[in-house]
Amino acid sequence: MSTQYKPAIHFQHVDYRIGDIEILNDITGSFPQGRITTLVGPSGAGKSTLLKLCNGLISPANGEIFVKDKAIGEYDPVELRRMVGMALQSAPMISGTVYENLNLPLELQGQQLAKEDALELLEDVGLKGDLLDRKVKELSGGQRQKVSIARTLVNKPEILLMDEITSSLDRASKLEVEELISKINRKYKTTIIWITHNLQQALEIGDYTWVMMDGQVVETGESSLLEDPQNQRVNEFVKGVVS
Amino acid sequence: MSYWALSLTLIFVLIPLLLSKTLNLGLGRDMTVATIRSIIQLLAVGYVLKFVFDSESLLYIFLMVALMIIAATHNAQKKGAAIQGITWKIAVTLIFVEVLTQGILIGFNITPATAQYIIPISGMVIGNSMVLSILFLNRFTAEVEDHQDQTELILSLGGTPKQAIHRQLINSIKASMIPTIESQKTVGLVQLPGMMSGQIIAGADPIQAVQFQLLIMFLLLTTAAVTSVFLGYLSYPTLFNKRMQLLKG
Ligand SMILES: Nc1ncnc2c1ncn2[C@@H]1O[C@H](COP(=O)(O)OP(=O)(O)O)[C@@H](O)[C@H]1O
Ligand SMILES: [Mg+2]
Repeated sequence: MSTQYKPAIHFQHVDYRIGDIEILNDITGSFPQGRITTLVGPSGAGKSTLLKLCNGLISPANGEIFVKDKAIGEYDPVELRRMVGMALQSAPMISGTVYENLNLPLELQGQQLAKEDALELLEDVGLKGDLLDRKVKELSGGQRQKVSIARTLVNKPEILLMDEITSSLDRASKLEVEELISKINRKYKTTIIWITHNLQQALEIGDYTWVMMDGQVVETGESSLLEDPQNQRVNEFVKGVVS
Repeated sequence: MSYWALSLTLIFVLIPLLLSKTLNLGLGRDMTVATIRSIIQLLAVGYVLKFVFDSESLLYIFLMVALMIIAATHNAQKKGAAIQGITWKIAVTLIFVEVLTQGILIGFNITPATAQYIIPISGMVIGNSMVLSILFLNRFTAEVEDHQDQTELILSLGGTPKQAIHRQLINSIKASMIPTIESQKTVGLVQLPGMMSGQIIAGADPIQAVQFQLLIMFLLLTTAAVTSVFLGYLSYPTLFNKRMQLLKG
């Protein structure tokens, strides 16, 4: 698909297993630098697993992953994970306040997030500033997702991995987050890999799309492929038969 | 106590056996086994202790302590199956705690370096260290499992394994020490400690018995703290690999 673009991340015959169970099977493909690629597919297809491979939370059983043309194993894990930021699907929080969660990425480096910066981050994701001192356990699912996105941005990653970050958001919030991520993509040329359950969203925000099923990539191309998939199974998935 | 009086203590076994039979508790077999085992084990220990005390040989003292550590390690290790190399980690912890406490006791001349002191005090230290190891491992494996997502979060943000597991480690160390601290707060009010009762019954001056009990209690505080912290710092690295990934299961 992307011969004219440099790959930010490249998968080469990647398998992933847990015990004897094959979770990902022979994944090959590239995520173009500076572009938004969406990952779609039924749940259990292996999308979250693929994303965790990208920032080294897990390692492949076979095959090789390259990040900016360097084998992933050659990076220091800490350096890699700051460069390739990830918003996890479950939006986990450390117990404490919203500020403590936003401060976490810097605290891990022995630094501190300035209060103005924290307020600006909240505004970016569409949250009110007075949430800053609120305990995270009092937040709604949608608010947590927004805090999780903001927290991922603190490290200013070059590559952003987003795992279903708008699944608990209402329509207006969803649009706000989409606008924010597009803006970051345009402004900083950040490479974005975005898992979404929402095919309309994939179509609207993505430059490219990977469709995954049963641990394999079954179709890749410009996101418009979702309007008229060639592959029979992808067609069924898009028509909403499989979910 | 005469052998006749000792035999009469079996009445205290007969009462629960009768209750078990009448109420169909089904505990008769277990209680019988427990009674027979305690008679054989304690009598054997008594004769071994008598032999060791009479010989006054450091080698025998050393062997007895080694035996205690082996038995305690074996007991505690079942609880930490999820942690790699847990057996030697527990053994190293017990040895460290034993050497540290005896080193202070003997080094500062708090107690004499004789079998009469070393063996019972070692027994209490090693026994408590074993219980603390079990408490710690139970809690730590549960904390790690329950907060996997937070560990993963911190790793994903570029935290080190130590940072990723820090909260769980601290929580487990604290939780495992609480029973020791709590029991010391109420000591003497609710019940007299077993060792002190034993000394008083055997005819010791109550004040002297209290002094020894205080020594033991402070010793057990150190035992608790050192066991949890030492075992914790030995254990957590094995939950991760060189690529700073959390190993599952
Ligand atoms: N820790 C795990 N243990 C066992 N199976 C897992 C684990 N994580 C994921 N899986 C399995 O791997 C497959 C892919 O999961 P995942 O990557 O989360 O899919 P998706 O994000 O596409 O819904 C699923 O069948 C899931 O059950
Ligand atoms: Mg998923």
